[in-house]
Amino acid sequence: MISLDVNGKKYDVDVSPDVPLLWVIREHLGLTGTKFGCGIAQCGACTVHINGKAKRSCRTPVKDAAGKKITTIEGIPEDHPVIKSWIVDDVPQCGYCQPGQIMSVVALLKENPAPTDKDIDDFMSGNLCRCGTYQRVRRSIHRASKMMAEGGKS
Amino acid sequence: MSVIINISRRDFLKTGAMIGGGLMLGVFPRFEEAYGESAAAFVPNAFIRIGTDDIVTVIVNKSEMGQGVYTSIPMVVAEELEADWSKVRIEPAPVDPAYNHTVWGPIQGTGGSTSTWTTWDQLRKAGAAARMMLVQAAAETWSVDPLTCRAENGFVIQTGTDKKLSFGKLTEKAAQMNVPQDIPLKKPEEYKLIGKPIKRLDTPDKSMGKAVFGIDVKRPDMLTAVVARCPVFGGKLKSFDDKKAQAVKGVKSIVQIPTGVAVVADNFWAAKLGRDALEIVWDEGPLSGFDTKKQREEYASLSKTPGAVARKEGDAEAALAGAKKRISAEYEVPYLAHATMEPLNAVVDFRKDGCDIWTGTQFQTIDRNSAAEVLGLKQEQVKIHTTYLGGGFGRRANPHSDFVSEAAHVAKAVKKPVKVMWTREDDIKGGYYRPMWYDRMAAGLDESGNLTGWKHTIVGQSIIAGTAFENALVKESIDETSVEGAQDIPYDVPNIIVDLHSPKYPIPVQWWRSVGHSHTAFVVETFIDEAAYAAGKDPYEFRRGLLSKDPRTKALLELVSQKAGWGSPLPKGRGRGIAVHKSFRRDYIQRRESGPEQFS
Repeated sequence: MISLDVNGKKYDVDVSPDVPLLWVIREHLGLTGTKFGCGIAQCGACTVHINGKAKRSCRTPVKDAAGKKITTIEGIPEDHPVIKSWIVDDVPQCGYCQPGQIMSVVALLKENPAPTDKDIDDFMSGNLCRCGTYQRVRRSIHRASKMMAEGGKS
Repeated sequence: MSVIINISRRDFLKTGAMIGGGLMLGVFPRFEEAYGESAAAFVPNAFIRIGTDDIVTVIVNKSEMGQGVYTSIPMVVAEELEADWSKVRIEPAPVDPAYNHTVWGPIQGTGGSTSTWTTWDQLRKAGAAARMMLVQAAAETWSVDPLTCRAENGFVIQTGTDKKLSFGKLTEKAAQMNVPQDIPLKKPEEYKLIGKPIKRLDTPDKSMGKAVFGIDVKRPDMLTAVVARCPVFGGKLKSFDDKKAQAVKGVKSIVQIPTGVAVVADNFWAAKLGRDALEIVWDEGPLSGFDTKKQREEYASLSKTPGAVARKEGDAEAALAGAKKRISAEYEVPYLAHATMEPLNAVVDFRKDGCDIWTGTQFQTIDRNSAAEVLGLKQEQVKIHTTYLGGGFGRRANPHSDFVSEAAHVAKAVKKPVKVMWTREDDIKGGYYRPMWYDRMAAGLDESGNLTGWKHTIVGQSIIAGTAFENALVKESIDETSVEGAQDIPYDVPNIIVDLHSPKYPIPVQWWRSVGHSHTAFVVETFIDEAAYAAGKDPYEFRRGLLSKDPRTKALLELVSQKAGWGSPLPKGRGRGIAVHKSFRRDYIQRRESGPEQFS
């Protein structure tokens, strides 16, 4: 049994300690917002937070996340400035990479509340989008940053 | 409350659809099955359902893969219906002839940049017919002349009075109205939604991790499988030892299927570990030892020989031979995988008397029919539930239904609901690529730098040969998709030849985002730049001079160059380029300015 704290909820899961966290989240906990894209930490679709840091869950053995605070896209409040700005900017196209993008953005803005274009490009370069939504991702990060500075108001 | 449905009216509608001369609004399929228990609804045709709660559901027969069709199709319907946009919802269509592509023939599918223009009339008429029935219903309720009534923002209103009823209040009555045969449509200047910026309906779900893609589908008692396929195209299984794989915790069964060996487990990770533990001997078949270098050499020598002629005007060979200046170039582009962000997958729930399939597909009818054949079911016993597609780019419109029919084989063997998943490696190795292309170009210029001859020889596999589309798209050995963007260049050249070699290789190829244009736009526009350079002319002016027979493209090019400040001085270290291409009924003009930072 491995004890996990996901989005503030406690789970005990009967899995091998080496199974990637991604599959435990998706298949054992049924939280399918976190996506499988490559399995080798190259695309960012599986990004979650572990103790507030953006991590690729497809390459994180579940044992390494035990006892830590895990947050998935389902744990981001619907009125979070990043989700609000994403909706204003209509960022997603096919949408598959977007939970991973958003998880990275939330972590970025926690570290750096007013990132420059370069900060954004550096931090977000590991989140691929096959539709090419990068320009809107960047625009919406600036919008979210502004919203947060103004106290979460849109 | 029972569903309001009038059988004779439905029959009338069917007849009406046939005599209506191309107006195919259809009837919502399996109505009772789908809505038997739902509240009374007004379902005037295959595309619209209005509930007593005022919710307008637009049934969308196109697959949403990022292009926005779950918003654009409802917009067109809502425009003519005069619906309240905030009450509009969407529902993916089941497989039914009512949802067939209006141009491709008897299949339901999404692709080729066709969704809007091929449904435009059909959907506007669907919306307008429903609106007219709602207006008629309100007029009869109020015993007034329907000409004094109008629909607006989800209500029918009598002009100049306070009479007003919401669509939801009119469903029962509207369902009894005759379907209009003469359906006038709005003029563009009357549009309220079309042409205006509008929020996508799928954005909130996609921004909260709630959108359900095929890979997210879970069914009771579902197992998960991965398939070990031959690493060489055209090879087959010789033998396998699954002792170690069977010992992996969570592995349920290991079955041989036509494409290889499927490892079926409680979950993905167990299936993957099981597959890793398989010991397989493959018969690699005729492509064993195949190498790309040899293939390139074959393509290069083919390109020096005459191919099937796609276009010939004047005498290009003579013009090239007599040219003052002659330039030539060869262009090569590699095989490309679609690499959709969501790896391929399909969930198949096969029972004796039927089957349900959840998948992100662009080819519903072909997948349904292929699965039915594999499972020994009638086509109508197989139901396709179209999920969101985590990218399509043509890969999910497979003429051989590869990922769905394979999943049906696994389901048939395990007799339980099963999700067959591809890893990223499976996807990249799995074929159905954009073909590798080899293009040989030659151009001739006279003493004034005018383009007098153009020769374009294309070498690459046909993506259409051997598919159900061959009769429609391959004519006299020319696969239209191989030469599109090359045989129809907008430039006026007096002597031109475009010819094609379509060598057969057992490497699976398929349409890939923009299809033939994905190489011809690059090749033609790069080479026309070379020709401008050889002629000592400005690349914009050179192109402009060749567009005298295409005033639309010429005007667009002029507009873009004006807006881009073509000819204005550039800072040191920066360059500027312009390109023109026509594809999918559109003109594309791109102007780009780059500096060294773009290449760092």
